[in-house]
Amino acid sequence: MSSYHLDHLQYLETEAIHIMREVAGEFERPALLFSGGKDSICLLRLAEKAFRPADIPMPFLNVETGHEFPELISFRDSRAKELGAKLIVRTVDEAIAKGHAMPAPGEVSRNKLQIPVLLGAIEEFQFDCAIGGARRDEEKARAKERFFSFRDSFGQWDPKAQRPEIWNLYNARVNPGENMRVFPLSNWTEMDVWQYIRREHLAVPTIYFSHERDCFRRGGQWLPVPPPHTDSTKPDPYAGARPKPSEPIKKMVVRVRTIADMISTGMIESPADSVDDIIGEVAAARVTERGTRADDKASEAAMEDRKKAGYF
Amino acid sequence: MPNTQHAIELLRFNTCGSVDDGKSTLIGRLLYDSKSLMEDQVEALEKSADITGGGQINLANLTDGLRAEREQGITIDVAYRYFATPKRKFIVADTPGHVQYTRNMVTGASTANLSIVLVDARQGVIEQTRRHTFIAAMLGIPHLVIAINKMDLVAWSEERFQEIRDEIEDFLPKLDVFRDVKFIPISALNGDNVVDVSKHTPWYPGPTLLAHLETVHIASDWNLNAFRFPVQWVNRPNNPTDQALHDFRGLSGQIASGIVRKGQQVAVLPGCIKTTIKDIWTYDGSLAEAFCPQSVTICLEHDIDISRGDMIVGLEQLPGMSSELHARICWMSIRSLQAGKKYLLKYGAQTVQAVVTKVEGRINMDTLDLEAGPTEFRANDIGVIRLKTAKPIIYDGYTTNRLTGSFIMIEQGTNATVAAGMLFPPTEAVKPEYTDFAI
Repeated sequence: MSSYHLDHLQYLETEAIHIMREVAGEFERPALLFSGGKDSICLLRLAEKAFRPADIPMPFLNVETGHEFPELISFRDSRAKELGAKLIVRTVDEAIAKGHAMPAPGEVSRNKLQIPVLLGAIEEFQFDCAIGGARRDEEKARAKERFFSFRDSFGQWDPKAQRPEIWNLYNARVNPGENMRVFPLSNWTEMDVWQYIRREHLAVPTIYFSHERDCFRRGGQWLPVPPPHTDSTKPDPYAGARPKPSEPIKKMVVRVRTIADMISTGMIESPADSVDDIIGEVAAARVTERGTRADDKASEAAMEDRKKAGYF
Repeated sequence: MPNTQHAIELLRFNTCGSVDDGKSTLIGRLLYDSKSLMEDQVEALEKSADITGGGQINLANLTDGLRAEREQGITIDVAYRYFATPKRKFIVADTPGHVQYTRNMVTGASTANLSIVLVDARQGVIEQTRRHTFIAAMLGIPHLVIAINKMDLVAWSEERFQEIRDEIEDFLPKLDVFRDVKFIPISALNGDNVVDVSKHTPWYPGPTLLAHLETVHIASDWNLNAFRFPVQWVNRPNNPTDQALHDFRGLSGQIASGIVRKGQQVAVLPGCIKTTIKDIWTYDGSLAEAFCPQSVTICLEHDIDISRGDMIVGLEQLPGMSSELHARICWMSIRSLQAGKKYLLKYGAQTVQAVVTKVEGRINMDTLDLEAGPTEFRANDIGVIRLKTAKPIIYDGYTTNRLTGSFIMIEQGTNATVAAGMLFPPTEAVKPEYTDFAI
């Protein structure tokens, strides 16, 4: 093999860096969606590679459902600080208080409520582009998404009218009020992400590694028992996400494979406590990553419907 | 802990063929037989088989991700799939066969190393076969596989296989040259010669489709001749804490072709300024040399006014520079292309205004000949046009450089991407009267 040769991770890396620089070159007010999860951790390293020694020329944006794992939030905050980036956080709670988001009666998950919060933040800061860490191998509606995914002035994705994407020439043009979602990790798989984390020695939140936790069984998954409700002046934010008397609590050795919030993240039983162990586990896995996400199990077109409405 | 990951190559391929040639089934088969499917995917497949398929697993459901596609049993948009074997990693673009979706085939194929064109053994070569093979050749995809599918429905006839092969070999000389072309008899539905060797084709001595995908030589697919570096972004730290970075001025981009070395003389176009590479900066440290398709940040010896869209090139084999362009295009919009209309043209990291000055001719997909006469292109037409741009662009012929010889056309107002363009080689290289930079 010649020395002028990139292996698969180097190829995916150079493709993603090129895309990030196109965003910086083409948009006035881009943002980078950073949740603290493994995919967006890779995005940050790619942003460093694309823009150093200058500052990363865009703020980070995160939408909180209010049901986050505390470990994730603290990781997110410290990583943003470390990189000297501006972190903007908007929450579902605020949006509900302002009347911008309305929970459906009886619906416990706040997954769909992230949509108006995200769109609200885009409008508030006049973002014309948001970089996200979504990957095409996650889910079959995602498999159809472009690198530069156009959203109309309502934030909607129209899968039948996507712009053709040819060579590495990305059409980044938007009219006022419209925006673009850009996914530099489109071609990465779950395995690529972990291999990249290993190669780059990237820190990840501790919940990705094996630990002891109280869980209960619901909808075919092991869900984490939420933290206790301490502030009795406010309604319990985890109401509905707590185990019912018929759902016994079990202490288990678990980790997360993919992170949404506590209500929609199934824990997997696993002894993996290092990145090498996780890579071994991913290689041997017999279910997809999204198989542990309650939000995708709702129906065969669950993701497609949320994306059309403006989801990440 | 042993680090067992050795360098693994990535092969990008796309599948094309007409409706019902079994493209999605073939990809489903590759994933299924190479054990790349997960239990929940198989479970979801089996669930949909009970509802819609009368109990039979429909491998096409794996790639048809949108509701309308599953309902109509067709593929609307390019679907990307990822799988790996111990030998290689693969990115698959499943591109639709409907004639109105030719633009998606161009999308899926433009970044591919290899194209698989499926032919239904019963129907033989049809217009779509010629169209897709022609597009693959026009896009400069180095490797071609003609997978003759549904061989089980023609009783595994070697004569039928040879007949189709002859017909395709008859028109191949009319096309741009592939590096290699392989014909493989398969049954995607039953899995013959996809991953496992078929018992039905003792007369076929070649590899299975997967064996070919794992071994076809792709190391030389990237262009290492003639250095080209379109500047994407000017890197200027604002308030560097590191004093050494006060004067840092880097030019960030992805090398479109060739190799660049520290100390090498280069030219900056369109300004025609000669200077020297001072440093090849990366996050992981400076490099002595860098090559296509690496993304790097170049520092030059002289402080020259350079902005996004300029190009740094090697002094040998200079590109063309002109505002009069001659190109093949694939038209992708429902609104037709007409001479005299203005569009935006994006190439490299630059966007300029352009007007179509002449429609020279359209490819007849039955004969693959260029026919003069038409004054407009409709969606999915492929033809030759002349353009005039508002300022000169720096380019190469598409056949020598896929990245500096290509452009897209954007409709003003709607911002729709309406065409993919491939430039003919410049009639002459830029003849720079260099300003040797002196401060």
